[in-house]
Amino acid sequence: MTFQESFEPDILGFLCNWCSYASADLAGVSRMQYPPNVKIIRVMCSARVDPTIILEAFIQGLNGVMVLGCHLGTCHYMTGNYYTERRMKTTKNVLKNVGLSPKRLLVDWVSAAEGERFATLVKDFTERIRKLGPLGKETDLEPQQLRIRLVAAKEALAQQRIRWLVGRERELVEDKNVFGEKVSQEEFDQLTLQTVEKEFAKRRILLSMKEEALSVKEIAQRVEASPREVLRNIVSLERDGLVSFVGIEGNSPKYRRAGG
Amino acid sequence: MNEVRVGVFVCHCGTNIGGFLDVPGLAKYALSLPNVVFAKDNQYTCSEAGLTEIKNAIAENKLNRVVVASCTPRTHEPLFRSICKDAGLNPYLFQFVNIRDQCSWVHMQERERATEKAKALIRMGVARAVLLEPLEETEIEVNPCALVIGGGIAGMTCALSLANRGFEVKLVEKEDRLGGTLNSLYKLYPANEEASKLVQDKTKKVKNNPNIEVLTSSEVKEVEGFIGNYDVTVRQGEKERLFKAGVIIVATGAETLKPMGMYGYDGENVVTHMELERMLKEGRLNADMVVMIQCVGSRNEKRVYCSKVCCPTALKNAILIKEAKPNAQVFVLYRDMVTPGTKYEDYYGKARETGITFIKYSPERKPVVENGSVRVYDELLGEELVLPYDLVVLSTPMVAHRNSTDLAQKLKVPVDENGFFLEAHVKLRPVDFATDGIYVCGCAHWPANIGESISQAYGAASRASIPMSVGRVKTEPLIPVIDEDECSGCGLCELTCPFKAIQVEETEKGRKAKVIAASCKGCGACGAGCPQRAITMRHFTDEQLVAQVIALAEVTH
Repeated sequence: MTFQESFEPDILGFLCNWCSYASADLAGVSRMQYPPNVKIIRVMCSARVDPTIILEAFIQGLNGVMVLGCHLGTCHYMTGNYYTERRMKTTKNVLKNVGLSPKRLLVDWVSAAEGERFATLVKDFTERIRKLGPLGKETDLEPQQLRIRLVAAKEALAQQRIRWLVGRERELVEDKNVFGEKVSQEEFDQLTLQTVEKEFAKRRILLSMKEEALSVKEIAQRVEASPREVLRNIVSLERDGLVSFVGIEGNSPKYRRAGG
Repeated sequence: MNEVRVGVFVCHCGTNIGGFLDVPGLAKYALSLPNVVFAKDNQYTCSEAGLTEIKNAIAENKLNRVVVASCTPRTHEPLFRSICKDAGLNPYLFQFVNIRDQCSWVHMQERERATEKAKALIRMGVARAVLLEPLEETEIEVNPCALVIGGGIAGMTCALSLANRGFEVKLVEKEDRLGGTLNSLYKLYPANEEASKLVQDKTKKVKNNPNIEVLTSSEVKEVEGFIGNYDVTVRQGEKERLFKAGVIIVATGAETLKPMGMYGYDGENVVTHMELERMLKEGRLNADMVVMIQCVGSRNEKRVYCSKVCCPTALKNAILIKEAKPNAQVFVLYRDMVTPGTKYEDYYGKARETGITFIKYSPERKPVVENGSVRVYDELLGEELVLPYDLVVLSTPMVAHRNSTDLAQKLKVPVDENGFFLEAHVKLRPVDFATDGIYVCGCAHWPANIGESISQAYGAASRASIPMSVGRVKTEPLIPVIDEDECSGCGLCELTCPFKAIQVEETEKGRKAKVIAASCKGCGACGAGCPQRAITMRHFTDEQLVAQVIALAEVTH
C-alpha cells in the first residue's frame, strides 16, 4: 500500500449552533452515512471563529478545516456570517502566503434543513483533503519551515492592521470612509492582499530574528527575500516599536527585537 | 478546591449508540484523560436512573465538571444543565459531546473508526470542560409599558389585550385615524360583517381605555435600548415625543400590490379588489359582466408566495355582486382556489351554488384583457373562451409595507426575502422575534385575514406580557468581557454588533467598549474581530476553542 492510499485526513469542523450544527444533527437523524474524518466543534455563530484559531489548527498539524454557517441573509444573529465570509476570505489569502492550498479551508453555508447537503459537503471535503495529501504536500517546505510560516501567519492574523481592515470591509466598500470616499471591491481586495503579504512578511522577519541582533542582509537570507524588501518591513516594524536599530554592519543596518 | 474534577457519562442510548460504538471502551478511555476522576456508561443517561447517577456522582466524587457524551445539545443540554444545578454545580460547568447524531448514526458500518472518532470527541469535550467557568445569569427590571406600532386590527387588539391586563400601552399609528387596512374594506368574509362596524367598535374600546395612549399621524423615529428598557422617540408632525417602553409589538400591517401595467389595469374598468370594495361600499358598482383574475403578480418569479387572503376575498366579492344583482355574470379565473378550513371550503361551495363560474388557467397561458373582453384558455375544457366584461377585478397579493425594512433596521430585527418581518421560529416562536422583548402580529409578518390577525395579536400580547408581569428578565451570561487595558476604543465591535449590545463610551481610562448584557445575544462576532484582541467571549473563549483543537491534534498523530 502506498502512502497516498493510506492517508486518512484529520479535519476539524466549526459549526454554528443554529444552522450547520442542526444540519449535522439532521444528517444523523436521517442516518446519512459519511466518512468519520471530520470532528466538530460547536460555536454559537460561525462569526465566533477567530482566524487565528484556524491557523492554530494547521499549526497543530490538522489537514483541513471547515467553517459552516447559516445561509447568507438567514444568520440567527442577522449579519454574523457576512463577517465569517470576509474573515475567511482573508484567512485563505494568508494560507496562500504560507504556501498552503486555500482549498484546505472550506467556508460554506448549510441550513438546518439541509442534512443531506451537510453529508455531501463532508464527503466531498474529505475527498478533497485526501487528494491534497498531508499538510504541506503542496509545498516543498520542510515541516519546521512550514511550522514557522504558519506561526508567522497566525501572528499576522492577530495583528490589528489586518483585523481592522477586514472588520471595516462592508463600511468601506458599501458606505463611505471618513473622507467621504467609497472604495471599490477590487481596490479593497487589492489593499487586503497587500496588507496580508506585508504583515506576514513582517512576522516572518520577527520570528527569524529570535533574540539576536541581525543585519538586514542576514535577515533577508533567513526569510528568502530581497534586502530592500526586508528593510522596508523593518522600518515599519521599527515604527510599531517591535524592533530597534542597533548600528551598521558593513553597509547593512543591524536591528534587534525590541524589549527582548 | 481549585482541583478540576471531571466526571464523564457515556450513553448507550439503547442501541442507538451502544449498537455501533464500543461504549464501555469509551468510558474506560475517558477515565484515562487528564482531570477525569469518574467515568461511567449508562443505558440512557437522560433517564431518571441516569440523571440520579449524575447527581450522586457529583456528590460522591466531588465533581466540578460534568461531561455527557450522548446525543445533541440542541435537545438535551437544558436537561443536563438543570441536573447539574440541582446537584449544586453551576450549569455552565457542563459540557456536551455529541456521539450519536454526529457519530454512531452516521458511521454505522465502521465500528472501529467511529469509536476512535468518539474518543477524539470526548477528549475534545473534556479539554474544554476543564477550562469552563461558572457563569451567573443576571436580572434586569422591565418597564411595564408596551409600544405597539400600527393601529390596524392587529395593533388595536394587541393594545387592548395588554391594557386589559393592566399594562400601559402607547399605540402609534402613522395615519390620522385608527383602523388600518380595515378602513378600505367593505364587508368581511366569511360572515359578511361590516368592516366599518368592527373598526368603530375597536376604536371606541381603544380610545376609552385609560391605559392606552393613542398617537395618530405619528411614526417611530428611533428606538434605543433593550428588553425592559427601550427609549422610544416618536415623531408626531413637528413634535417629538420621548418615552420608555419595556416591550415592543410590531403590527404595521401590509400593503396590497398596485398592478401597474398588468392586465390593462386602469383603476376604472380594470380594478383591484381593494377598489371594488370601495365601489361596493359606496354603491357605485354598475356592471353586469364581471371577470375576476386571481394570482395577479403573485406566485411568479418575482413573488413566489401565495398571499392566501385573495381567494376568499374574491369569493366574498363575487357572492356580494350576485346577491346585489342576481342576473349579473361573474367569472373567476383562477390557478388554484386556495380556501383551506371548513368555513372557507363551504364558502367556495356556496359561490358555486350562487352561479359563479370558475375557470382554471395556467401561468403559461395567462388570460389576456382586451378592449371589452377577456380571452382565457380554459385548462379543464381545453379551449379558449372569450368573455365580454363591464368590469375586470384583479386579485393582487399583499406585499410588505414599503417602510418595513426601515423599521426593521431601527428595531434590529430581520425581514424575510419579501420584506415581511421574520419570526424567531416558524413553529416554536411564531410571534416572537429572535431579539428578546420584540414581537410581531398581523400582516406585518405575513398575509393574514382578520381572524388570524386577531389570534396573532392575542398571542403577541400574551408573549409580551410575560416579561412585564414577572417584572424582571434574566440576561444571557454568554457575553463578551472587555479587557479595558487592551481596548483602544476603536469602535469596530460597536460596528460589528447587529444588536447594539456593545458601545464605546468615555471612561476614566479614555474611550472604552462597554457590553450591554441585556442586548447581547452571545454570537461572539465582536471578539473574533477585535483588532486589539481585547474581547473574551464567555463560554466560548479562545482558550477553550484552542484546547479542543489541540485535544483533537493529540489523538490524530
